[in-house]
Amino acid sequence: MNAEVEVEGLTKRFADTLALDDVSFSVQQGEVLALLGPNGAGKTTLIRVLTTLLAADSGRARVAGLDVRKDARAIRTLIGLAGQYATVDELLTGRENLELIGLLYHLDKGVYRRRAQDALERMSLTGAGDHLVKTYSGGMRRRLDLAASLIGRPPVLFLDEPTTGLDPRTRNDLWQLIEELVAEGTTLLLTTQYMEEAEHLARAIVVLDAGRIAAQGTADELKDQLGGDVLEVRVARRADLDKAASLIAGLAGALPRVDADLNCLALPVNGGPRVLIAAGRALDDAGVELEDLGIRRPSLDDVFLTLTGHPAAPAAQADDAGQPARSPEAGR
Amino acid sequence: MTDAAISLPRAETVPLTLRLAVRDIGGITRRNLLRIIRTPQLLFMSIIQPTIILLLFRYVLGGAISVPGLDYVDYVVPGIFLEAVLIGGMTTALALAQDLQAGIVDRFRSLPMARPAFLAGRTLADVCRSVLALAFLIGLGMGVGFRFHNSVGACLVGVAVIIAFGYAMSWVYASIGLAVKDPQTAQMASILPMFILFFASSALVPVSTMPGWLQPFARNQPATVTINAVRALFEGGPVYHDLWLSALWCAGIFIVFLATSLSLYRKATA
Repeated sequence: MNAEVEVEGLTKRFADTLALDDVSFSVQQGEVLALLGPNGAGKTTLIRVLTTLLAADSGRARVAGLDVRKDARAIRTLIGLAGQYATVDELLTGRENLELIGLLYHLDKGVYRRRAQDALERMSLTGAGDHLVKTYSGGMRRRLDLAASLIGRPPVLFLDEPTTGLDPRTRNDLWQLIEELVAEGTTLLLTTQYMEEAEHLARAIVVLDAGRIAAQGTADELKDQLGGDVLEVRVARRADLDKAASLIAGLAGALPRVDADLNCLALPVNGGPRVLIAAGRALDDAGVELEDLGIRRPSLDDVFLTLTGHPAAPAAQADDAGQPARSPEAGR
Repeated sequence: MTDAAISLPRAETVPLTLRLAVRDIGGITRRNLLRIIRTPQLLFMSIIQPTIILLLFRYVLGGAISVPGLDYVDYVVPGIFLEAVLIGGMTTALALAQDLQAGIVDRFRSLPMARPAFLAGRTLADVCRSVLALAFLIGLGMGVGFRFHNSVGACLVGVAVIIAFGYAMSWVYASIGLAVKDPQTAQMASILPMFILFFASSALVPVSTMPGWLQPFARNQPATVTINAVRALFEGGPVYHDLWLSALWCAGIFIVFLATSLSLYRKATA
C-alpha cells in the first residue's frame, strides 16, 4: 500500500492565528480519512494546502506521490474537490457546470459530454440536468457539486464538509454515494464537524483542534483513549444539577459535562458498575431525585470533548451554560 | 460511471499547451457570456446609466456649453461612448468579487486549467458586453443628432480604440474586484476611478475651461487622450499625437494591471 496523501509538519499562520500547527498524518491508497474538528480548527486550511490553493509556511505535503508545491499543476489533474467552499455556478445548468469542468480538466469534448451525462444519472439529477442550478434544492446542489468533483475521475478526492447543513435523509443519500466511490478505489479525505459522519464514512480519524492534531486513530481507538465508560446522570430538578455535578466529580476527579437543557451530566469514568453504584448512593444520600442513571460506552462526542475541551458541532449542543469537562487550555 | 477504473496516467501529466490555454479561455468566456445573458437586469443597468448621461448632456446641460469648432452633440457623444465602457468595466470588478465570494474561484483554481484563463475569460466576456452597450449607444447618439464626419475606416478605428481602452481598463477593475473581494465594496471602489477618469477629462467640456491646477492631470490622463483621439477619428482633425499617447496608456495599464490581477488571483482566497 502506498500513502496517497502524506503530510509532515505542516504549519500555516494567518496574521496572529496559527491555522495549522505541525500537522502530520497520511492516508493510504483507497482509504478514507476524516478530519474532525469544530469551525476554525484548520480543516479547510489543510484542504486548501493539499489541493494547491494555499501554500503552507513550512512542512511537506505530498498528494498522489507529488509535492504540492513543486508539482501543483500535475496534482490538479489527479484530485477532485467539493464541499462548502468549492461550489457550482448558479446561473448555469447542471450539465453546463459539469461540461465546463470537464473542459477545464482538458478532456476531449466527447469524453466530458458523456461523463457529464453519466454523472447526472448517477447523482439522480437527469431530470434537472438542463435546469439552472439556482432552481436546485440544497441536496441537489451538493450532489451536483460532488458530480463536478468526479468529472476528472480523480484518484484522490477531497470533500470539505460535504453534508453540513443538509437534512438527515439527504445526508444519508450523499453518504451512500460517497461509499460507492470509496468502494471503487477512490482515496478520500473528508472534513466534518459531525462525529457520526466521521464514524460512518471513515476508518481513520484525525481530530483537529485549533490547528493541532489532538488525536488520531480509528473510532474505536479514539474511544479507548478515553479509557473506560461514561457515567450519565439525569436529575429530575434543575436546581439539583450543580449539586449532582460536584458529587459525581468527586468520583472521577474531573468535572462532568453539563447539559442544562436536558438536566444531564456526563463524566468519563473507570470502574464500570462500582462507580455507578457509588454515584447512585452518593446522589441518593444527598437527596437528589434522579430521572436516569447509567453507564454507557463513550461516543465520539465524549472523545472530542475530552480531547479538546469543547464540543465539535457548534449549533447542535452549543449551550454555554454547560461547563466543559476541561477548559480549552487544559485540553492542549 | 461505467468505466470507472481508477487508472489515470499518473506519471505523465498533459502539458499545458497554448492550444489548451486558448480552449480554457473559450470555456470561461462562454460561461461568463451565459451569465451575462441570464442576468439581463445587469446588462440593462450598464446601458441605462450612459443613456441618462447622454440625454442629460445633449438636452439639459448641452445648451449652456459651447465648444470651438464642433457642434456640442458631436463633441460630447464620443466621450459618452468611452464612459459606457468605463461603466461596463465596473461589472468586471463586481463579477469577480461575486465569484470569489461564491467560492467558485476555489474550484477553478483546483483544476488543471491555465490559471490566467479565468481572468482572460472574464475580461473578454465583459468586452463583449461593452460592445453591445456601445452598439446601442451609437444608435441612440445618432438618434439625437450625433454624426460621424470622417471616413468609414477612421470611424471603425475610433470604435476599436474605445474597445481597446475598455479592455485595458477591465484589468484595472479586475484587480479591484480581486483585491476587495466583496461585491458591494467592489462596486463602490470601482466608481472612484470611473468618476475621476470621466469627469476630470475632455469628455464633457474642454480641458482649457478647467481650473489651472486640474489642467495638467486632465490634459494627460488616459481617458482624455483617448477621447481626443476618438473624437478626431470620428469628426476629423489631428489624431496621431493623441492616438499614440492613448496606445501607450492602454498598453501600460494593460501590462501593469494584468500582472497585478494575476498575482492577486494566485493568492486569492474566498
